[in-house]
Amino acid sequence: MATTVILNGTEHRFDGDTEMPLLWYLRDELGLTGTKFGCGIAQCGACTVHIDGAPALACQTPVAVAEGRQITTIEGLSPTGDHPLQVAWRELNVAQCGYCQTGQIMRAAALLQENPRPSDADIDDAMNGNLCRCGTYPRIRAAIKQVVSKGSRP
Amino acid sequence: MISREIGRDAGGLANVSRRGLVGGLGAGALVLALGLPRRSAAQGQAEKKFGAAGMPNGWRDDPRIFIAIAEDGTVTITCHRQEMGQGVRTSIAMVIADELEADWDRVRVVQADGDEPRYGNQDTDGSRSLRHFFVPLRRAGAGARVMLEQAAAARWGVPVAEVRATAHAVTHGPSGRSLGYGELARAASELPVPQPDAVRLKDPGQFRYIGREDVGLVDNQDITTGRAIYGIDARIDGMYYAVVARPPVYGGRVTSVDEAEALKVPGVVRVVRIDPPSIPSEFQPVGGIAVIARNTWAAMRGREALKITWEDGPNADYSSDTYRQKLQAAVRQPGKLVRSEGDLDRAMAGAAKRVEAEYYIPHLAQSPMEPPAALVRIQGGRCEAWACTQAPQVTRARLAQRLGLPEEAVTVHVTLLGGGFGRKSKPDFVIEAGLCSQAMDGAPVKLTWTREDDLSHGYYSTVSMERLEAGLDGNGRPVAWLHRSAAPTIAALFAPDPKHEMPIELGMGFINTPFAIPNIRMENPEAAAHVRVGWYRSVSNIPHAFAIQSFVAELAHAAGRDPKDYLLELIGPARTIDPTDLGDAWNHGEDPKLYPIDTGRLRRVIETAATGIGWGRPMPRGRGLGIAGHYSFVSYVAVAVEVEVGEGGAFSVPRVDIAVDCGPVVNPDRVRAQMEGAVVMGHGLATSAEISFKDGRAEQQNFDVYELTRIATTPREIRVHILPGGDYDRPLGGVGEPGLPPVAPAIANAIFAATGKRIRRLPIRDQINA
Ligand code: FES
Ligand code: FES
Repeated sequence: MATTVILNGTEHRFDGDTEMPLLWYLRDELGLTGTKFGCGIAQCGACTVHIDGAPALACQTPVAVAEGRQITTIEGLSPTGDHPLQVAWRELNVAQCGYCQTGQIMRAAALLQENPRPSDADIDDAMNGNLCRCGTYPRIRAAIKQVVSKGSRP
Repeated sequence: MISREIGRDAGGLANVSRRGLVGGLGAGALVLALGLPRRSAAQGQAEKKFGAAGMPNGWRDDPRIFIAIAEDGTVTITCHRQEMGQGVRTSIAMVIADELEADWDRVRVVQADGDEPRYGNQDTDGSRSLRHFFVPLRRAGAGARVMLEQAAAARWGVPVAEVRATAHAVTHGPSGRSLGYGELARAASELPVPQPDAVRLKDPGQFRYIGREDVGLVDNQDITTGRAIYGIDARIDGMYYAVVARPPVYGGRVTSVDEAEALKVPGVVRVVRIDPPSIPSEFQPVGGIAVIARNTWAAMRGREALKITWEDGPNADYSSDTYRQKLQAAVRQPGKLVRSEGDLDRAMAGAAKRVEAEYYIPHLAQSPMEPPAALVRIQGGRCEAWACTQAPQVTRARLAQRLGLPEEAVTVHVTLLGGGFGRKSKPDFVIEAGLCSQAMDGAPVKLTWTREDDLSHGYYSTVSMERLEAGLDGNGRPVAWLHRSAAPTIAALFAPDPKHEMPIELGMGFINTPFAIPNIRMENPEAAAHVRVGWYRSVSNIPHAFAIQSFVAELAHAAGRDPKDYLLELIGPARTIDPTDLGDAWNHGEDPKLYPIDTGRLRRVIETAATGIGWGRPMPRGRGLGIAGHYSFVSYVAVAVEVEVGEGGAFSVPRVDIAVDCGPVVNPDRVRAQMEGAVVMGHGLATSAEISFKDGRAEQQNFDVYELTRIATTPREIRVHILPGGDYDRPLGGVGEPGLPPVAPAIANAIFAATGKRIRRLPIRDQINA
């Protein structure tokens, strides 16, 4: 029996084992490789997507749980790649290797959706599950704050 | 063309990057790239043996290797060094585009395949990319500019001296005529590459990009939209996915395997044995059982279903607790003498005061956020790999060797690296993918390491015990200095059971310590390796700097002196020291005449960091400042740290000032980024990161217990001070690594200042209240 997943606004049918984590469905089956694998155990946030607008870890979400819900990945965050966070990330050259950054941006986007004026502590709280081995945290904070101070809404 | 194919996916969603990251130069109108490269480094190498010329395959400066100009004017720059977050794709493009007088908006960057005979050395480690290629790539850009000028002059029939290339066009001053680069590309490509003396480099005052702070990363768009392709993202139609069950102990092997249950997992297609290597294993895989499946998850589930019995081999007893005691015993005995000046015993005996301390740093894992991963296929006797490798030529050679193919039949395409830090210098994971493809009759197989694989089967940073003893005179000045360093060596990857640090390890902030002390003895007692010890960003500088910079602060305390003043006094007056006089013939591979140790530069970074943090200001209770300075990768870095220690010993770092003198700077924004990143990584290894072993097995398997710094614990404010690099004729220093070594000792020194608690063992964890 096929499962239906609504991904970046498009319906996809999946015939495989619905216990498969969404992460591998996205990456291996759909070729959406912007969602990254970093740990597989909810410790790094590299796999962050939105499910019905809320941040979720794709490595912890079986396809069965995603069924029928709206899933947004980095590829679908903004059709033009111009979400205010993406713009700020580029303006501040936040990325080093860049590997964690799609997860960081997805987590930050969910934060601003829920709380457009986060305090420093709110930012730290929200972003603390997202590891960056290159150590871009100062710029991640700065980029989020730049978006907040400009008051630009997605 | 592969760059198209790899971008295609099951759902028809192209994920190939706009900048054509995967795959080499395509066909089309890239006309300047025609022609055979001139082997320019061949002569150079005969004369010199330092710097780039001392590296395998040396350097190239032929414009045709690095620059292609299409008839529409698009300039394609080939980056032959690997991008792992240091920004080299942007920085190399800045250098070439600048000398070429290219318009940045019309520059694109493609990544070179592994081919050192063509590109010169590509091994991206040792903080060498710009240090070694700044000048050759300037010449490449300038050479292409001259060719464009010559083509324009010929077209107009005017002397070449009357034309000038600026901003993507050549103009003829007297007549005001102008031709764009695209219009000149074909004619220029037919000209011989100008002789070096016909190529004038730009006056740095005219630089358009070099030295500018505001250049955006060439991969920014792809990274922020999820289109950037890393090794783990490489895709080819019909490819399989693999993971490997490896022996839990280094040197172990499979005694039996029952794969029946694994093969029942839906999606699993084959189970393949990978032979264990002989020891030393160099860059060969550690062996084990590969599970090949239709997707990564099936492969992982299949692996869980394997029933394997392992024989653990000679390292089954390796346990960090007992090994630490062994190292401690070793440094309490004399060891191999590696540097000696004056009469240490006499000076020590006559000292008014003696101080001694031992410092321990555990194994660490580089743990780049992207674990090792590679895609390989073998077709018609040719092997193609897509891999996040720091060393594509080495990867190519080892892949060819292991697969029994001639090197010319192997192509290694380099993806972006999701971090490297030394781990991805070793191509074992690419070889594993190659063996899996071979077992599948050449079908494409992407092999992924899980985080557990990465932390359990790494090439770990060495574990080290450092013992220091000093004799102080009546004024508290050191007159005798004894340092013993015991740590398993990276040489154990290449030779059977070596027990001593190699020259490159000794020269990483140990024997080349430039202190003005009359009686010095340095020794390197034996230590055997029981795991794969490998490079980790800044390598042996980490334990050496931690020990030395902590000990200096301990001596300052014993002498009742300010630690910063005391450190400067130990360094002594500004002077240049030939490192060979200290017994360091290596000097990071650089000419000691060109790159002497300059204590004036070391002093200046220390003073700059101290001024930055407000050294000497009164500190409230529970707060303290610490400082450390270190010379490595021919650059000078000092770190000043403020810590705040709360009730219960928990501490935070409100502020870090890091000062770097790396000579002339190409890309200041990336220098800043590397220093910021080094502070965060240094904070992590100082506070929480450790890989320990028990019964030969790594005890930390994932980020829940291998704890790295997170945004909430990262230093609150990091201020980077880049010292003026002087003119661009001076030699460049390294940037990627030298920021790291002074971070941990500066933190430990700040904790001492705040609490009186001296940290001699990393990570700090909860030692403050212990
Ligand atoms: S891969 Fe999902 S949290 Fe790390
Ligand atoms: S930018 Fe490399 S892991 Fe975050």
